[in-house]
Amino acid sequence: MLYLAAFLFSIGIIIVMVKRNAIMVLLGIELMLNASNLNFVAFNQQHGQQSDGHIFALFVIIVAVCEAAVGLAIVLRVYKYYNTSVPDEIADLKG
Amino acid sequence: MMVIWIFYFFVALAASSALGIVFSRNVFKSALLLLISLLSVAAVYVLSFAEFLAMTQIMIYAGGILVVIIFGIMLTTKISGQPLVVDNTNIFWGGLTGIVLVYILIRYLPGGSALQPNDLAAENISTLGLRIFVDYTLPFEVAGLLLLIALIGAAVVTSHLKSKVS
Repeated sequence: MLYLAAFLFSIGIIIVMVKRNAIMVLLGIELMLNASNLNFVAFNQQHGQQSDGHIFALFVIIVAVCEAAVGLAIVLRVYKYYNTSVPDEIADLKG
Repeated sequence: MMVIWIFYFFVALAASSALGIVFSRNVFKSALLLLISLLSVAAVYVLSFAEFLAMTQIMIYAGGILVVIIFGIMLTTKISGQPLVVDNTNIFWGGLTGIVLVYILIRYLPGGSALQPNDLAAENISTLGLRIFVDYTLPFEVAGLLLLIALIGAAVVTSHLKSKVS
């Protein structure tokens, strides 16, 4: 399970670095958050009976939802403004 | 031990569908592969005695985030009927980073004992709820506030958009 988490995290890093689309970057971030959740569950299973890891994983899921919503809103806004969703082409900061 | 083989099956399914996202060039297919991966991870949660987390994973990730992402794909695609194809950049450095990272993480993992689902006491949903509402009340409320702020923020950011299809 920890191996799966490590693998998924690395896949998420690769997706974030390689893909040229902001939505794919968000997808990779979701995968990385999912890997962290897997780690929480695995360590909670190894140590202790208190299910603290499960609760923390629930909060991680909540933060992931917020991140996805706000991130996609920003992607839509940027797409409307620049007519592209490629992160490398958005280089100016001046609104 | 049938359970262990089912566990390994879902682990392999999650890993291979995640790998498929990297090699897929179609954004919509990638979102569907991510759905498969998330559902497999939910199955792994079930086999690790985290039923409530698995349910939350299915409802929120597969039901919420994936729908939002697919909406985003549909709204940012130029209306042409063709599937949205993405290019890759930084293939060498991205792949190198990923391979080195997976090597380092696996190299320094503690043992290999966490691979099997062991026989812990089954997670009781009522104790989980008690712990959330007794010991973790403040983080729970803060999470609710965070969700409200994210909702308002997303609505405000996208509220100036005009519809493309008249």
